Amino acid sequence: MRIYLDHNATTPPAPEVVDLVARVTREVWGNASSIHHFGQQAKAALDDARGQVAELLRAEPSEVVFTGGGTESDNAAIRGAAEALEPTGRRHLVTTAIEHEAVLNTMKALARRGWRVTVVPVDATGIVSVDAVTEALADDTALVSVMHANNELGTVQPVEAIAQAARARGVLVHTDAVQTAGKLPIDVRRLGVDLLSVSAHKFYGPKGVGALWIRRGVRLAPFVTGGRQERGRRAGTENVAGIAGMGAAAARALRKMAGEGPRQAALRDRLEVGVMAAVAGSDRNGAAAPRVPNTSNISVERIESESLLIGLDLEGIAVSSGSACSSGTLEPSHVLKAMGLPHARTLGSIRFSLGEATTDIDVDRVIAVLPGLVEKLRNLTVTMRR
Amino acid sequence: MRIVVAMSGGVDSSVAAALLAEQGHDVVGVSMHLHPSTPSGRPGHGPGDPGSGRAAGACCTLDDLHDARRVAQAIGFPHYILNFESRFDEAVVSNFVREYVAGRTPIPCARCNSDLKFSALLDQAGGLGAGALATGHYARITRGEDGIFHLLRGRDLGKDQSYFLFALTQEQMARALFPVGHLDKDAVRDHARRLGLRVAGKPDSQEICFVPDGDYAAFVEREAPHLTRPGAIVSEGGRVLGTHEGVHRFTIGQRRGLRLSSSAPLYVTHIDAAAARIVVGPKEALGRASLTASGVNWTSGVAPAGWRRVSAQIRHRHPAAPARVRALGDGRAELAFDEPQTAVTPGQAVVVYEGEEVLGGGWIE
Repeated sequence: MRIYLDHNATTPPAPEVVDLVARVTREVWGNASSIHHFGQQAKAALDDARGQVAELLRAEPSEVVFTGGGTESDNAAIRGAAEALEPTGRRHLVTTAIEHEAVLNTMKALARRGWRVTVVPVDATGIVSVDAVTEALADDTALVSVMHANNELGTVQPVEAIAQAARARGVLVHTDAVQTAGKLPIDVRRLGVDLLSVSAHKFYGPKGVGALWIRRGVRLAPFVTGGRQERGRRAGTENVAGIAGMGAAAARALRKMAGEGPRQAALRDRLEVGVMAAVAGSDRNGAAAPRVPNTSNISVERIESESLLIGLDLEGIAVSSGSACSSGTLEPSHVLKAMGLPHARTLGSIRFSLGEATTDIDVDRVIAVLPGLVEKLRNLTVTMRR
Repeated sequence: MRIVVAMSGGVDSSVAAALLAEQGHDVVGVSMHLHPSTPSGRPGHGPGDPGSGRAAGACCTLDDLHDARRVAQAIGFPHYILNFESRFDEAVVSNFVREYVAGRTPIPCARCNSDLKFSALLDQAGGLGAGALATGHYARITRGEDGIFHLLRGRDLGKDQSYFLFALTQEQMARALFPVGHLDKDAVRDHARRLGLRVAGKPDSQEICFVPDGDYAAFVEREAPHLTRPGAIVSEGGRVLGTHEGVHRFTIGQRRGLRLSSSAPLYVTHIDAAAARIVVGPKEALGRASLTASGVNWTSGVAPAGWRRVSAQIRHRHPAAPARVRALGDGRAELAFDEPQTAVTPGQAVVVYEGEEVLGGGWIE
């Protein structure tokens, strides 16, 4: 039996989601822009899904724009705001050092086109300071982008306070909520942001579909131009089946959240305590801050995470080091570096991200397997330095 | 037994992995990511380790990594990409540049084998619980009744890569496997076709993997612009015949690129890096009857006592020549050829054989 503890990378689509996607693909194949019966059926499927995603975010359905995933949503929010605000003379963007590459690299791309970008550091607990973000705001700041929870650490950022400070100065606020949607209750108006990104496959929905919530009245340049789909913001015939799947996944997540959150948090805590007791020189990262319930980041001294990850995979345990997007490189995680962790500790960090299928048995297995693997790899490190 | 196979995406290492899997071993494929996304280039023309760059896991292009992954997927064993970028840079690329700048002609593939594959990668394989590391090299390892491991030329003498493996120790050979070493290339391709591997027809690579366009001089200039300087080209008698743009552009025996007007053809006979001087002479001046080597490895683990008759190979495509060798102290050795050999080149390896067996080797001084 393989154990999957990489739910922050992706989740297995729920059977009911898979069934719905298959059924919609087969039966609801009309073009939602068509006036006839077939188009109306497709349009209805989109409407249902939009309502379900809106409910997950406590938003209005008309504020939800479907996209091709979380990365596209981030791009749309940042590039769309920058383009819309450029004529007003605003030329400054603010973000944090622990954002996902989807945000960081989009900011970099804009920096190459003349935008000033301030990257605010985080403290040793993996949390960005509200004051630091506030201080970074300038008169020509167009947008602040701060993730809701970090994908590597699970740390929940003070988005509410940041949004309050930024909006008071007329600055748009975007948050990448890809790691919180479906895990924590989200109320977009209480968060106080203007733009919020989510991705279906992080909450047991299909890949290749996400959404951007755009507060009513916020000006944003269209991110894909063409027809009038998604109210002209994202042109192109809609991925009706995928969107329907996202809707079903959203409804399902909302239903399960209250039970799954505490259950996974208890398992996660047991995993951490067990690993730290069993593996000398191991410690968790970001645990002093509020976290999403499923995520644990653990540093193991004197090993390289790459080897540990492969060793665990050969034992049938799937975990990750850092984010999946940067795997295949041995560059220490930019997130752990930003927290100021010593280099040695960033090299040996692995992320366990639990999910609905995770059981006590899985946690026991990890605690049983890990010490032996670490031992073997540490002996190897000694010979390598011979 | 669990066996880690270093997979380059080429046909040799793919077949090596497939054969081991077919024999029922618990195969784990790994590809070494060595150099920052080198684009696939045209084949080079320099001294190389034909095939072994690829054959033994020197993955350089994303397409090669992709090929390796697809072979693993098709046969059904796990495959991982290991990042050796910084270690490769330290052990192989920096050495390559330093050697050229010092007026020597390096063999990065041999360095990669001894300093990376059969050290760091071998250790890593152990960490993953593997009893052996396999590569697609054309060479063989046998074990004598006395328990001593012997390194032999690959059965396909046209593809033999034992020259690049002279630095293997007993400890390394005990854990190394060369599953295609007893096959010839055609048989390897036949196996690939029989197993339905899509790399069956993939051409051998000829170039040094991190210099895909074969332009070593330009590479050295990019990596170490501050270390290259122009100098004089002089005759054996010390007369200045011309100028050059850096000793790294030359190798012993080279005739092209001298830009000299001379009635008789002239060859590089000596490179004096300290004086930035290239010495040229007629073909006869290229012959040398003896050499010394450093960093010598004796594959049996024991240096021979006194002079020993061997055949000595001084570069990859050199037909081994009769010679006598004896160990000096300090990991050095002295070698005397029966007949003078053309272009004994510092930085290349001298590998000594008895019949098909590699007795040892070292770096020509």
